[in-house]
Amino acid sequence: MKKRIISVVCTAVFAVIGFFVIFPVFAGLLASFRPGRELIRRGLNVDLDFSTLSLSNWAYLFSGNADSRRYFTWFGNSLQLTLITVVLTLFICFFVAYGLSMYQFRLRNLLFFLVIATMMVPFEILMLPLYRQMIAMRLINTTAGVVLPGLTGAATIFFFRQYLTGIPKDLLDAGRIDGATEYGIAVRIVMPIAKPAFSAMAILVSLGAWNAMLWPMLIFRESRKFTLTIGLNTLLTPYGNNYDVLIAGSMFAMIPLFIVFLCFQRYFIDGLTAGAIKG
Amino acid sequence: MKIKSFLYSKKVAPYVFVVPFILSLLVFWAYPLFSTIQMSFQSILPGQIEWVGLANYQRLLRDTVFHTAISNSLRYMFWTLVLLIPFPMIFAAMVDSRLVKASGFWKALMYLPALTSVVISGTLFRLLFAEMPTGQMNILMQWLGQAPVAWLKDDTLALMALLSLACWRWTGVNMLYFMAGMKNIDHDLYEAADIDGATGLQKFLRITVPLLKPTTVYVLTISVYAGLAMFLESFMLWGGNNSPMNIGLTIVGYLYRRGIERNEFGYASAVGLVLLVIALIINITQLIINGSFKKEGK
Repeated sequence: MKKRIISVVCTAVFAVIGFFVIFPVFAGLLASFRPGRELIRRGLNVDLDFSTLSLSNWAYLFSGNADSRRYFTWFGNSLQLTLITVVLTLFICFFVAYGLSMYQFRLRNLLFFLVIATMMVPFEILMLPLYRQMIAMRLINTTAGVVLPGLTGAATIFFFRQYLTGIPKDLLDAGRIDGATEYGIAVRIVMPIAKPAFSAMAILVSLGAWNAMLWPMLIFRESRKFTLTIGLNTLLTPYGNNYDVLIAGSMFAMIPLFIVFLCFQRYFIDGLTAGAIKG
Repeated sequence: MKIKSFLYSKKVAPYVFVVPFILSLLVFWAYPLFSTIQMSFQSILPGQIEWVGLANYQRLLRDTVFHTAISNSLRYMFWTLVLLIPFPMIFAAMVDSRLVKASGFWKALMYLPALTSVVISGTLFRLLFAEMPTGQMNILMQWLGQAPVAWLKDDTLALMALLSLACWRWTGVNMLYFMAGMKNIDHDLYEAADIDGATGLQKFLRITVPLLKPTTVYVLTISVYAGLAMFLESFMLWGGNNSPMNIGLTIVGYLYRRGIERNEFGYASAVGLVLLVIALIINITQLIINGSFKKEGK
């Protein structure tokens, strides 16, 4: 009996938290069915008068006019940037982690220490010199400028390394006896085994890339190059008249990650807790 | 042919694998770090670089706006630690003890905010905390019989808005970290405690909290960095880097203002290095106190 009461209380606690979690998103969703100008003028609230809802913002977003096309250019840019980042980061980090975990070599411990050391310096501190470097390297306004500095993410390398240390080295020797090259072993034998690690990291990296804002904001200067995060932010000016696109577009921008999340929830959890596994 | 067999040898292969990391480390980490340290001792104007020794740092000592930024960042960091470590830990323990019905659903729901970008969540919170009487938080104030307030124009109220956003976004993620940590705790311990007649609270305080320490230290370490380096949340709530009386200005916000907005790379670099030193001092102290530098084999 007592246990039952505690159980009800605990569930109630989560129902309350759940309410607070869903509230802002629900308010935003409702607002996306009302004029954007009203939203900016009156602030956001949950108004349950459903008779005032209309599809006009959403129709406008998908209308194919200049505003709509611009939004979907940003959407496409974000997709493209996310895809490039995920593919490159995953392969590079996998191979680096493979080198660090499968071989004994002189620089190994030093390099692993350096992987950890890079985590100790927040990106925001390197942002300025990197920005100047990108100007000097003529990478401003390019996808390469956004992607290159983040390709060897320490958390990703760390996670792959954790995963790979669990793979028996006998497997490598067996491959060598069969005449596979060192690279052949990595690609044909170990990579398929590491598939769950790839899934977890794919999700974590795509989350970061899709939502990245600070660095892309410094690199991308032209509206046609913007990603969704920067683009939506430019719609927030007090002189803007695109609030309809802003609110419906913001809600729509959450959908891709939401779908990924629903499909791969288990990997999501592995990915998010990547760094916390005891190393 | 000779080159090929050299590159394919077991001795050389590991270096080939780690080359991308070494290159990236040198070009995108070591060099910028060196360069920002160097710049912090320089005055940089277009086409004119001058060594000024410690002048930038001396200026920072007298710069009251910078002091505001430091105090805002420290205060924000402190409160995120207070709110985003104990509560997620308790929630995680609740889910872990199987006392919560439909826990899978609640867990999934709690990660939802982590999926939203800071642009979207920041905009939503900015509008919820709007100063108009029709903003949700002011509607709430009126329910409580209070007058509507200008949330983002008052020091304390603005901090509350920032912390609401932080709690909304990160409670679920931190809960996840703690739940992952709790998976490593041997369940026999709880059974033994049950036999000894321990209460749920005793089990939490005597078994879960101490054995969760590695996870807690990890969450603490990343939270110190995240709290001190907070910028975009404030940038979104005030729709830019300017807030009344700089109540929303953070250290990174100040770095951005000096470096990106005003092109004072030397001075901004000094701001960044002060941030790095503060973050390292806090984290190293915390790690020493928590005994994380002791040799393995406890």
